[in-house]
Amino acid sequence: MSDTDIHSQREAPPGTAPAAARELRTEEMLVNMGPQHPSTHGVLRLMLRTDGELILEAIPHIGYLHRCAEKIGENVTPVQFVPMTDRLDYLTGMNNNHGFSLAVEKLCGLEVPERGHYIRVIMCELNRIASHLVSFGCYGMDIGAFTPFLYGFREREYILDLFEATCGARLTYNYLTIGGASLDLPEGFVERLAWFLDYFEPKIDEYNNLLSFNYIFIKRTANVGVISAADALAYGLTGPCLRGSGVKWDLRRCVPYEIYDRFEFDIPVGVPGGNAGIPPEVVVGDSWSRYYVRMLEMKQSVRILRQCLKQLAGGEFRAKVPRTLKLPAGEVYLEVEGVRGQLGFLVVGENKPIPRRVKIRGPSFCNLCIVPHVCRQVLLADVPAIVGSIDVVMGEVDR
Amino acid sequence: MTAQEIVDILKQRFPAAVADAAVEGLHPCVAVTPEAWHDVALFLRDDPRVAMNMLRCISGVDLHPEAEIDLFYELIAMRAPGGTARQEPRPPPSADIWQNGGTIAIRVRLPRDNPHVRSVADVWPTADWHEREAFDLLGVTFDGHPDPRRILCPDDWIGHPLRKDYEFPKEYDSIPAAAAGAASSE
Repeated sequence: MSDTDIHSQREAPPGTAPAAARELRTEEMLVNMGPQHPSTHGVLRLMLRTDGELILEAIPHIGYLHRCAEKIGENVTPVQFVPMTDRLDYLTGMNNNHGFSLAVEKLCGLEVPERGHYIRVIMCELNRIASHLVSFGCYGMDIGAFTPFLYGFREREYILDLFEATCGARLTYNYLTIGGASLDLPEGFVERLAWFLDYFEPKIDEYNNLLSFNYIFIKRTANVGVISAADALAYGLTGPCLRGSGVKWDLRRCVPYEIYDRFEFDIPVGVPGGNAGIPPEVVVGDSWSRYYVRMLEMKQSVRILRQCLKQLAGGEFRAKVPRTLKLPAGEVYLEVEGVRGQLGFLVVGENKPIPRRVKIRGPSFCNLCIVPHVCRQVLLADVPAIVGSIDVVMGEVDR
Repeated sequence: MTAQEIVDILKQRFPAAVADAAVEGLHPCVAVTPEAWHDVALFLRDDPRVAMNMLRCISGVDLHPEAEIDLFYELIAMRAPGGTARQEPRPPPSADIWQNGGTIAIRVRLPRDNPHVRSVADVWPTADWHEREAFDLLGVTFDGHPDPRRILCPDDWIGHPLRKDYEFPKEYDSIPAAAAGAASSE
């Protein structure tokens, strides 16, 4: 780089010769970040071309967790494929089960009974909270704050206990399935959930005091990795990453599916600093905004869950689904608002029980593709802050 | 805007390239010839009436034993409140929610042996990775792609796994496959 690089802007201490320092031979260095790196959330490898502390180029290399789930989808029936969807984004198994089931139901024209709808929304929103808690904890850890991680996992444990009581599994549920849910809610579930919501809601403010408005955290994340709304749309960002850039778009509201039109909730978006308690350093579309949208979304999920509990209907929880479900010829593409963004499934049937094609649009995959664009001319220490704020789960990126 | 209106606009502008629309049904879809696809894509993005500002997904479907591969491009127009989607979104879009301005899928049918189509990564940057995936798993070549490499499989992988006649490898890099051939498709 020329004389105007960051080193020459530094004031030289007395007794040293700045001119001589400038003549030092410097060269670019390739730094291999990952695939085994604590802040890459799994097995993401970033090749960083650096000039001192400055990143000139970041090239993501993915595929370390590739299992070709789509090929598996072409060899098993949809009911058999539901457990595979748990392993895409392994933090949000319920939402994945749900999205795939909805796509198959739309293709086959199946109706889900009333109680089934409510069970689905309860599970999806609970899983959204659980996943955002992991995201909150891990993001703190990426930045260097260890405590939030423990708090986030403490609360997540209550949700996992609820899931375990419902279906026996804590991570890969295979619970929501074609036609509704595979089991009814267990006895006492409603009371336990109501208790959890009362317990959990005030904790969100506690986390905000602990991490969101922490001075060091704000300094590390505000105005770092700014993504404009136009860029976010062009690069196909969805979910909190898109909303962090100020785009008020949420499939649950904008293209309603399931029964989300029955609930009242707001869509949190990134807002400029100085407004309504937002730190003045914050810029719309920066890492802090993306992070904070998730914190606000947890509150909205609590709101939806409370309404669910009020409206929860009795009756059947699963439609009568034929044992061998024949997928009619034709294709269907359906997206749901997953935790990390829009999770899409394309299912192509051909009058057989096994689909011709199952295509998965993983939101993490699409969100990650903006990294080379954002990680340019930033400091090395900002890379974990940016990648962490995009909040990818590699199981879904690599599929 | 309904799928039918989008198809009408397209047919008016590209009478030769657009055919075979299936707007009724579960997956409103219109077929576009591969030669014209890049022009159609630019039109879809830039025409203020259509303004498809987000490419959601590119899915390739192998139609084996027929000698063709289908590519589905899922598009959506996300409209900023009080303006078109192409407008530079303004700072704080306060209380207003963005609107769904219409969705459509574009089907591009390619020959199975040597499938070629112009890349749209310059139209929607997100297409970059989706096209690399379609190349990796289905062997579709995207002409003019900025970085035409495999993305999910290793660079030295042989074959394209989502082809229906793909043969499962017996070993990779001298690591034997546990159940080689056990799951091969017909």
